[in-house]
Amino acid sequence: MTVLEDQGTVTTTAPAVTLRGVTKRFGQGPNILDDVSLDVAEGEFLCLLGASGCGKSTLLSLVAGLDRPTTGTVEVPGGRAALMFQEPALFPWLTASQNVELALRLRGVGKKERRERAQELLTLVRLKDAGGKRVHELSGGMRQRVAMARALAQDSHVLLMDEPFAALDAITRDVLHDELVHLRQSQKLTVLFVTHNVREAVRLGDRVVLLSSRPGRVVKEYEVKIGQPRRIESPEVAQLSMTVTDELRAEIRRHGGQS
Amino acid sequence: MSLLDHRANDDLASLEAGLDALESNERKTLPRWRRWLAATWPPLVAVALLVVVWQLVYNAGVLPAYRLPSPSDVLASLRDQWQAGTLQQATWNSVRRGGLGFLASLAIGTPLGLLVGRVRSVRRAIGPILSGLQSLPSVAWVPAAILWFGLSDATIYFVVLMGAVPSIANGMVSGLDQVPPLYLRVGRVLGARGLASARHVLLPAALPGYVGGLRQGWAFSWRSLMAAELIARSPDLGLGVGQLLDQSRQLQDFPGVLAGILTILVIGIAIELCLFAPIERRVLRRRGLVAATS
Repeated sequence: MTVLEDQGTVTTTAPAVTLRGVTKRFGQGPNILDDVSLDVAEGEFLCLLGASGCGKSTLLSLVAGLDRPTTGTVEVPGGRAALMFQEPALFPWLTASQNVELALRLRGVGKKERRERAQELLTLVRLKDAGGKRVHELSGGMRQRVAMARALAQDSHVLLMDEPFAALDAITRDVLHDELVHLRQSQKLTVLFVTHNVREAVRLGDRVVLLSSRPGRVVKEYEVKIGQPRRIESPEVAQLSMTVTDELRAEIRRHGGQS
Repeated sequence: MSLLDHRANDDLASLEAGLDALESNERKTLPRWRRWLAATWPPLVAVALLVVVWQLVYNAGVLPAYRLPSPSDVLASLRDQWQAGTLQQATWNSVRRGGLGFLASLAIGTPLGLLVGRVRSVRRAIGPILSGLQSLPSVAWVPAAILWFGLSDATIYFVVLMGAVPSIANGMVSGLDQVPPLYLRVGRVLGARGLASARHVLLPAALPGYVGGLRQGWAFSWRSLMAAELIARSPDLGLGVGQLLDQSRQLQDFPGVLAGILTILVIGIAIELCLFAPIERRVLRRRGLVAATS
């Protein structure tokens, strides 16, 4: 386990996502993000961690191309990134399989191929037989897996996730952690994962980047050198989580004016 | 994948299968005919009771028979009208007018609603007028329509349009307002822009509100049509249910008057039950917005 004080990391492959000096504010408001520079290497699982007001979601919107930075540059050399939200945000007028197919359709995939590919993706998230179900017939965990299949249907190797498991119960979340790690390996995904759950970040990430709040700045980076499969209960995960939590708390205290 | 990975993968698969099974509720639904029966008999009993009370009041002689005919008098009047063919003719004329008027309202109200719902300046300008028009009883337009168009079909259709267009447009607006912004964001992430976004995200998401508006639009069409038919009568206009009703009034034919009211009510309910209620139920049920048993 190494703690890197600076922002740079030594990577051999080209980055899948590059942020350079990114600042974002809305209108005349204060900076939400302040001079954030970050590289996500190809195939890396990077967790962005921070308290409220650190601009995590804003940062993902920028990478997803939903918004533009005020200054600085955001580059995703592989093209569009797929984005998953805290809510599954599946369309309730479509079946599970049609939700996945819509993502393919909007990319111009033909009808027959769409159907086959959607079935493949649903099989991948172990929902082979749930394709015909309506969204309201699925449990929370199943919905988030359909959302995962839909994100994969965008055929982007960069997956952005905005607290995707925050609304799930602990057991389901734990299982989906395993699922995500598995998918990331089998699909060779680059993942940029936003969370405020320290253990989740350490459980999942190759690297954890801690952001300050108001404005969001990169405070620290931690390389997580614990082999997968990890368990969230393991002493290694707990130990690093403690270190990160202490730093996070120190950062939060600064906002109370009593540091 | 190594053997170990395979085993871990199988473990995960069985774990997820178990979770999915625990968290999905298999709903037991009654057979269709049982549901239909459960929904049908209470209103039928209520109607039967109403007829019994009516008959009792008639028997008690509270009002003279020419002021309150018995249920069988009304039934006889309906039968006479049927045998003369006037009932079928009037029903067909009115339903045709109502249907055409509704379709025209649909063609005008839908784009109008889209415009008001999506273009801010248009909304500021005519949004309040549109909601105001909805509370104006469209019968108020009948005198103006007669002065403009004379006693013609145009008068009738004009009144129907003024009744139904605001409802349909407002339904569209409220449907659009209820679209969660997250859906639009998801659409954008998936690459839906402009027309594709409208077609695949915005319009389907707005559908429940729109269908509610259609249902209300039909009710307003039918009401407006009857108001127009009751007032605008001329031999040039084909006989409608409203005109039939007014004819009975002029002939002091009380059973005929009640038969007319009943006809208007039954047609309105029948179209609502056979057309709009199933569409709305279907849209809502697919989205899990109503329980399957209701």
